[in-house]
Amino acid sequence: MKRPGLGTALAVVAFLTFFLGPFLWQVLTSLWPDGELTRPWPSHLTGANYQSVLFGRPFLWAVLNSLVVATLTTVFCLTVGASAAFALAKLEFRGRGLLLSAALGVSMFPPIATVSPLYLILNAVGLRDSLVGLALPYTTFALPLTLWVLTSFFRQLPDELYRAARVDGCTPFGAFRRVLLPLAAPGLATTAILVFIFAWNEFLYALTFLSTPEKRTVPVAISLFASEYKEPWGEIAAASVVATLPLVVLTVLFQRRIVSGLTAGAVKE
Amino acid sequence: MSGGGSQARERRQAYLLVMPAVLVLAVVALYPVLAAIWLSLHRFILVFGERRFTGLENYVYLFGDARFWSALGNTAYFTAVAVTVELLLAVPLALLLNRAFPGRGLLRASVLVPWAIPTVVSARLWAWMFNPDYGLINRLLGGADINWLGAPGYALHAAILVDVWKTTPFVALLVLAGLQGIPEDLYKAARVDGASTWRQFRAITVPLLKPALLLAVLFRSLDAFRVFDAIYVLTEGGPANTTETLSIYAYKTLMRSGDFGYGSALSVATFLCVVLLAVVWLKWLGREEGRR
Repeated sequence: MKRPGLGTALAVVAFLTFFLGPFLWQVLTSLWPDGELTRPWPSHLTGANYQSVLFGRPFLWAVLNSLVVATLTTVFCLTVGASAAFALAKLEFRGRGLLLSAALGVSMFPPIATVSPLYLILNAVGLRDSLVGLALPYTTFALPLTLWVLTSFFRQLPDELYRAARVDGCTPFGAFRRVLLPLAAPGLATTAILVFIFAWNEFLYALTFLSTPEKRTVPVAISLFASEYKEPWGEIAAASVVATLPLVVLTVLFQRRIVSGLTAGAVKE
Repeated sequence: MSGGGSQARERRQAYLLVMPAVLVLAVVALYPVLAAIWLSLHRFILVFGERRFTGLENYVYLFGDARFWSALGNTAYFTAVAVTVELLLAVPLALLLNRAFPGRGLLRASVLVPWAIPTVVSARLWAWMFNPDYGLINRLLGGADINWLGAPGYALHAAILVDVWKTTPFVALLVLAGLQGIPEDLYKAARVDGASTWRQFRAITVPLLKPALLLAVLFRSLDAFRVFDAIYVLTEGGPANTTETLSIYAYKTLMRSGDFGYGSALSVATFLCVVLLAVVWLKWLGREEGRR
């Protein structure tokens, strides 16, 4: 490894400051004593903001709601996506290219274009103000990502595995379930992380479809903090840290997987 | 090895395996878009329960609606500036991440932090940084009192900064993947021929990176064009509608005014703009691929 030059070091520091600085400032704000925000520096650090966010507000419900929606979406996506991705990668059938292009097309849909009909449909079937109802559009919009990542994963598994399973008497589905699916576990994990993060972060549908305050997800709860109370910056910061920390930990732990998953669709062929 | 019957069976099972995915995409994505087009041909106010077919009336109104054109202009400006700045930052960042130096893992992990943070949270975080009285930015500017989110001309650029912060990492990862696809031998050969670093960058990196860059521009511009979360949280489209994008205007028309007819027309217009943008980019991408 070559010793980095001064230019490299400066660039690293600049990028680190830009990308991490605002987040660290938010962490500091969350520990800043209430009433001292006008000062240039806090006199001491306190956990009071966390206490009032977690126990003085229904914020923990929002965390729970988000967990439910994100988990449901992840399960739906993997269930529907894994078999399709296997077929796309290993089986010959007409319309393969069409399906992948359609998935890519859907991933580029502006969500707003589907808000009005989805609102009416979910309302009609009684799923509008519900977490399950919310997981349905989430599944659709995370499915393209699921298909791209998993298809590229199944493609990397040798064709011989599939053929050998078939020779041994497995049906195509049996070969998928008994042989290829277990081997695709790392791909499933990568996809699960990406889908979970997508669902945890989604805002427009959650804001539009959920009307009961107790059903709000984390992004909606955080966006509505100010309109209900008067700009409690310290509490907002504490809630932000609570909402973000799991994702940051997940991301740092699985950064290799996330990077390979994010670029899987993009660099193939 | 396998007879015709087995092949037919394979195809049948293939269709069964993709069926759920096709159904989900068709029912929850394709159908709603078609339904939105149908709704946009109606006068439909949700609370009054009033609904009647009016043909293209909403679209005639849309063409004369100054607020629509201003939202389109804001969206286009937001997209163009944000994507340009993101590329200008992402290329050096990717070049940096492609080199071996102590702390590279740390930099790569830190870069992913803004990407993982929910957009709503990052907008909140920046709103606090932009706070005119106690925000970090005005503090760093030596106690300036610029009202970043309240002054027209500043607010849209503040929103662009939030988008740049959040999505530059993703662009950098795409560029990095492109960089790693360039064979090292090309650089070795160039060095043997005595080419300078700058010349290597111009003659090898830039042309071979072009497909990855175009792809990043395609993904990002379609994504930036539908921007909603960040602007909704930062300004809700204000001040004086100077940050109102198409998605924000459509949302307000749908959910605040309950006008599902005109709101759907605005949604469809947004959709058509995205399709148009995608077609133009894909044509360009196709031409670049054909040239190689």
